[in-house]
This record gives sequence, structure tokens and C-alpha cells, in this order.
Amino acid sequence: MREERSDMSEDEDGGGGVEQKERWGPSHGGGGGGCGSAKSRGGVWTDPPPPFSDQVLENVLENVLQFLVCRRDRNAASLVCRSWYRAEAQTRGELFIGNCYAVSPRRATDRFRRVRSVVLKGKPRFADFSLVPLGWGAHFSPWASAMATAYPWLERICLKRMSIADYDLSLLAFSFPFFKDLTLICCDGFGTLGLAVIAEKCRHLRVLDLIEAYLEEEEEDEVVDWVSKFPQTTTSLETLGFDCVVSTVNFEALEALVARSPALRQLRVNHHVTVDQLFRLMVRAPQLTHLGTGSFGHPAALALQGDVMEHDADLVSAFAASKSIVSLSGFRDVASQYLPAIYPVCANLTTLNCSFAEITADELKPVIHHCHNLQKFWVLDTVRDEGLQAVAATCKDLRELRVFPLNATEDSEGFVSDVGLAAISQGCRRLRSILYFCQQMTNKAVITMSKNCQELVVFRLCIMGRHLPDHLTKEPMDEGFGAIVMNCKKLTRLAVSGLLTDKAFGYIGKYGKSIRTLSVAFAGDSDVGLRYVLEGCPKLQKLEIRDSPFGDPALLSGIHQYYNMRFLWMNSCKLSIRGCNDVAQRLPRLIVEVIRDRPEADDETVEKLYMYRSLAGPRNDAPPFVMIL
Amino acid sequence: MEAAVSYVKDGGDLRDTELRLGLPGTEAPEKPAAPSTRGSKRALQEDGDMESRAKSRPLAVDCGEAPAAKTQIVGWPPIRSYRRNSFPPRKVEAEAEAEAAGLYVKVSMDGAPYLRKIDLKVYKGYKELREAIDNMFKCFTQGEVSRKEGCSSGSESAITYEDKDGDLMLVGDVPWEMFISSCRRLRIMKGCEVRCLRTRQYS
Repeated sequence: MREERSDMSEDEDGGGGVEQKERWGPSHGGGGGGCGSAKSRGGVWTDPPPPFSDQVLENVLENVLQFLVCRRDRNAASLVCRSWYRAEAQTRGELFIGNCYAVSPRRATDRFRRVRSVVLKGKPRFADFSLVPLGWGAHFSPWASAMATAYPWLERICLKRMSIADYDLSLLAFSFPFFKDLTLICCDGFGTLGLAVIAEKCRHLRVLDLIEAYLEEEEEDEVVDWVSKFPQTTTSLETLGFDCVVSTVNFEALEALVARSPALRQLRVNHHVTVDQLFRLMVRAPQLTHLGTGSFGHPAALALQGDVMEHDADLVSAFAASKSIVSLSGFRDVASQYLPAIYPVCANLTTLNCSFAEITADELKPVIHHCHNLQKFWVLDTVRDEGLQAVAATCKDLRELRVFPLNATEDSEGFVSDVGLAAISQGCRRLRSILYFCQQMTNKAVITMSKNCQELVVFRLCIMGRHLPDHLTKEPMDEGFGAIVMNCKKLTRLAVSGLLTDKAFGYIGKYGKSIRTLSVAFAGDSDVGLRYVLEGCPKLQKLEIRDSPFGDPALLSGIHQYYNMRFLWMNSCKLSIRGCNDVAQRLPRLIVEVIRDRPEADDETVEKLYMYRSLAGPRNDAPPFVMIL
Repeated sequence: MEAAVSYVKDGGDLRDTELRLGLPGTEAPEKPAAPSTRGSKRALQEDGDMESRAKSRPLAVDCGEAPAAKTQIVGWPPIRSYRRNSFPPRKVEAEAEAEAAGLYVKVSMDGAPYLRKIDLKVYKGYKELREAIDNMFKCFTQGEVSRKEGCSSGSESAITYEDKDGDLMLVGDVPWEMFISSCRRLRIMKGCEVRCLRTRQYS
């Protein structure tokens, strides 16, 4: 679980708006390069500027602009005039690229010369759900090459949904002598070899954080012992997260590494680390603030031998000694007998992620009872409505709740329902973000939440059965979601589900004035639904839609909006090549990708559409199944 | 008896290996989700990975009208494969589930890189079964070239099954009910072996 800043969900930061502040209006054929006011300073291009005063001004500006951190503010500052544009470009320390194809690496590095930190995002989010075929793109290589020459002082890289090769990691390690932080979220393409190079060559490494990365499959003899490659001297490691790495790590090396890393604050181990191994690590690092507990159990074989019981007391004392722990995760194979060991730290916990642990309400209650300060809670629905009621009773400061399904299928038995949601809304008034998977829901519960939780910024409700209505009244879920957009004035992110008519979209278009991200699946009746959204939501940045009856007319109704958005994704809707072509022709700076990963019934239908604004033109690395219109 | 390597984990996540609409895969295979699976056995893990590869193929996405209630939709509910693959049912439980819920049998095709699993209870008769199997393995029969020497026809195939006595039988001989009660697994044979089987049957 991540701190707000590196969460990269953008729901809570000040970002939004255009990352690269170039003019996007469709009337500007050349949107790139200049600030709009270049014209008003017509003389500046031909007359030599008075050298002294302008130079002083720029120097002063640079000193001032250094304090400007938020990229939206920086984008605004860069538009004031050419001088400010230059000064801002020289002082921007963190480069955020929300879509790696929106701008070419060369262009970015040419403009921003002194970048120390880069955040780069690649594939559309629906790639997480197997909707984007392998090999689609988002390769880190061209960016790695460009940065290797342009940013020798680079310290931090954060990548999300990018394809990274071991070679790229190697390039990083050799190109950036001051490299400190590497955070990879939902990335793929690399393996333990890449990790080994980073560990070995980045002598100043502070953060190596792998979050839900998909490492390449490796045979036993291909797995590299990367943990052993860290420098043998005292390291500057502060964060080491490898809970998603599937291969076993060398435990002795890990233990030794932890022992010589006095700055280590965050450690998240993978499921191969057993509870007694965890104990040994905790003893070495009582200063930890964030702990990912690995399996928190024992491999079945050992448990049968019955010699695991003696570790209970040790474990409790280890937790008691770790007075700084505020975040716990892991519990991949939790043996419930060990859960009570965490009681000593519960009162200090602000984050608890047990969403991989199949625990019941009875197992949860004694734990949650102690967690008065919990702000972030991720859990499996096995705790049922009863478990959620216990959460509501204790966790008055809860800000973020995620309830994941054990059985992620449409027809599985539902463990949580409207009852749990209503209970949470009663008890956790400060809730800002919720992700809730269930099999049945009522409008009433959603409306109740909209009234009780006025701080909601993110509301994502997934009723797993498609097209399911309110299970009591049998009506569509329009009123529930309508109430959310109406009452939650701070809402920026919304995901809808259940049986929804165009009316729901009418509400979203009418009230969802702050919405930046919208996810739609199996919803709506006609083109009108999508129209409402495209015409009504001025702040819309990211729109992802699947299996909804929206066609070409709806697509065309958003022409005025697409340059203001980061992307639009639509799959299994009613789009045709003609409509997509139409958009592509009218908006030259919009890249319209039609993805054809299986032979279509006919050539006219567009099964998957991904559209995004770009200064770089059509990408040259598109695979054969991507057609760029 | 089976020469082809089994890529589907025994007693694996049965819910996710059901019959699907459309082609199982084309020139753009899905990214195999490399999950953080439980247990450190490489074989188990690999099977799990291959299974997820099989289930994450770009399949026909149903726009709301699912003819069979058991049809799975790609990427729905929206759970990342990382999480989805973290809860493989335990072997014993899975087998019990198989007993109760449906008659899941493995289906292999000679030369195909992975197997499928289908629930025999879903079909009413041989015709439906054949259609379903044709659909499932369609991508492997397109443009297929027979690798075996001496086989003049690469497209000849026969559906066979292994019955509870372990014998290889040709599908279609016995009444449907008898068939589903005795069928343990299916195998689509190609080329020469088909001819051999046929001659064996009739000699």
C-alpha cells in the first residue's frame, strides 16, 4: 500500500489538466512549442533583448519557481510568457508523463533539462483485466535511452503499466550514478536479472519498490539471486518491496541485508517468507514503519510437524518491540492462530491490508477492535457484512476502504451486500475512497452513503453480476449513482455497475462536474447516455467503457472534449470504422487506435478503441494488430 | 496415455477453465499473468501461469446476452490477474467441487500447446459437444500442417475419449447419458493416428 504521492491514482493530488502544457485547441494546427502569448510579444523574435535586465529576471524567476512543486501550477506558470516558459523548463525537477505516447522522449528531454525525477505511465488501465493484448506497447526502452543521455543526475523513476526489459534496468543502473528510487507499479517484461543489476550497481539506492509487477517466468536455474547483489557495506535502503516477486529469495542474504540497512523503514516480503523467517527479520529491523508480512503462516508440511506453536510468543514480542509500525500487509497464507500476534501494533496502524487473507468475521473482529486509528483498510469479502459492521464500529477515521471478492465470478455466493455498505457509511463519515465488490446492492444503501460520506472523492462500486438491478425493488441502480454524483461534491473518480439506464448518465452529466475518471461497464441504453457524459463533464480526463451500447453518434458528440482528455477506451460497444475515422480526421492530434486481436466477424466493427491526444504523432512501435487511423 | 504436456493444473481453478465463446487465441496472445501464487513448487506455479494464460486469451466478449449462465467474460469482474490467481482452490476441495458442480473433463488436441476443460453436463448431445469443441480449437486447425510423415491428410481428426476403464474410445458410439457418465477425458486426434484408430475399431 502506497503513500498518497506514489499511489499514482491521481485521485487525491492536485494534478489533472494537461501534463505538457502545449495548446490543445483543435483550431491550432501546431499545438506544440510555444506559449500562446508569443504573438503578443511580437518584437521579441527579431530585436536583441536587453541582456542584463532579462537575464536578472530569469535568474530571479528560476529561484522563485523552484518552490513551485505542483505540476498544474507549473504548467500555468509556463504559459505566462516566453521567459517564464524557459525559467519553468529549467527548474522543473519532476517530470510527469501521464501517457508515454502523448509526447516523444526527445521532445520531453529537450524541453526539461534538469529533471531529477520521472513518473511515466503506459498502458490503459483495462490492460489489468486482460483486455489489452500482449505486445501492445508502452515500452520503456526509448525513454530509458533518451533519459540516459539527457539526465545524468536522475534520481528517481516511477513507472506504471510499462513494459520494461532487463536491459532497460541495466541501462538505468549504468547511466545514473546518483540513482536512488525505483518504483514499478503493474509493470512487466523484466526479471530477477534486472533486479540484480539494480541492486548491484545503484550504490545509493534508497527505494526499490515493486507493486503488483508481473515478472517474467523464469526456470529454477534462470532465477538470479538478486538480494545477494546489494553492496556488502551498510546500505542506504529505506524501502524494499518485493511482495509480488514469485520466485524465492535467498533468505540468509535478505536477513543480512536488513541487518546492514539501518535506514530501512518499509519492507514488504513475498509469500515465500514464512512467519518464523519474518520474526527474524523483525528482530533485525525494529525501526520499520511499513511491514509486508509475506505468508504469515507456514508451508503445509511444516505445520503438520506441530513444531510451529513455540513461535507464537516470539512473534508477539517482535510486534511489541516494533513500536513504529503503522502499516501492515501481506498475510498471504495466514494461519489465524498468528493473527493475535499483531495486537500490539493495531492501535498505531493507519493502514491494514489483509486482502489476501481468507479470514472470517470472527477472526477479524478481535483485530479490528484495536484499530482505532485505521485510515486505509483493504480486506476480502470473506469477513461478510458482519465484519464490515465491526469496522464501522471502530474505525471512525477510515479514509479508504477496499473490499475485494474471494470468488471473482458473477455467480459466486455474495458475502457482502448493501448491509455492509450502509454500515460503513454510518460509521465512517470521513470516508474518501471506496472500492466495493458485491453480488447485490440497493439504491437505498448507495443513497445513504452519498449523504453520510460527504468527503467521498472516489466511489467505485462493482456489482459483479452484469445488469443486476436493486435486489429489493428490482429497479435500476440509476438513483443510487445519481445520489452519489449529486451529493458528493468532491467526487473525482467514479466506477458504475449494475443495471443502469441512460438516466444514470444523465445524472452524471448534470452533477458530475468534478469527475476526472469514469469507468463504465455493461450500462446504458443508447448513444444518449455517453453523450450526457461527454457534454456534461468538463473535467473528464479518463474515460473507460466496456460492453455498453454506445455507437458512432455518441463518439462524435465528444469531439469538443477529446483534446482535453488523456484518453478514451471503449471495447465491445457499437463503434464502427467509419465513426472512428471521422474522429481521426477531425482531430489530427488525436491518435485513434483500433485494436484487432481476433478476426472480426466483419471489417466494419471496432471491437477495441483506444484514443489519446499526442504531440508525437502515430507511434512507430505499434504491433500488427493495432491499426492507427 | 497422453503425449501432450498438460498445461492445465489438476484440480485447478475450475471456474476459470470453462467453455468460452469464440476463439481461444490468435496471433496476439495475451500476456500471461505471472501471479504470486502460493507454494514454491515450480511445476505448480507454471501450471497456474499457463492456466491463467489460457484464461486470459482475448476472447469474444459477450455484450450482455450470455446463452449459458456459466460463460465467463474476459476481464469481468474487474480484478487484476495478480489478485485473481492468488486464490487457487486447494486440490481436495476442487475435486469435491467437480463431483458436485459439473462433469469437468480435460480436452486435448494433438499439437495444441494447451488443453481445455469443459463441463459435459452443459451439452445436450454429441452434436453440441462437437460444435463446442470445434469452436474451442478452431484456431489450431486453421492452416495446420501435418507434421507426421506419411500422413496425406492433415485435416482429418477424430474426437476420442478415455473411459473409466482407461481405454481410448471413439466418441459417438454409446448413448449420450452413458457417455457422460463414463468419460474421463477427451482427446482430439489428428492425421495418421486417426486412421489407425479407425482400422483398429473395425478390424
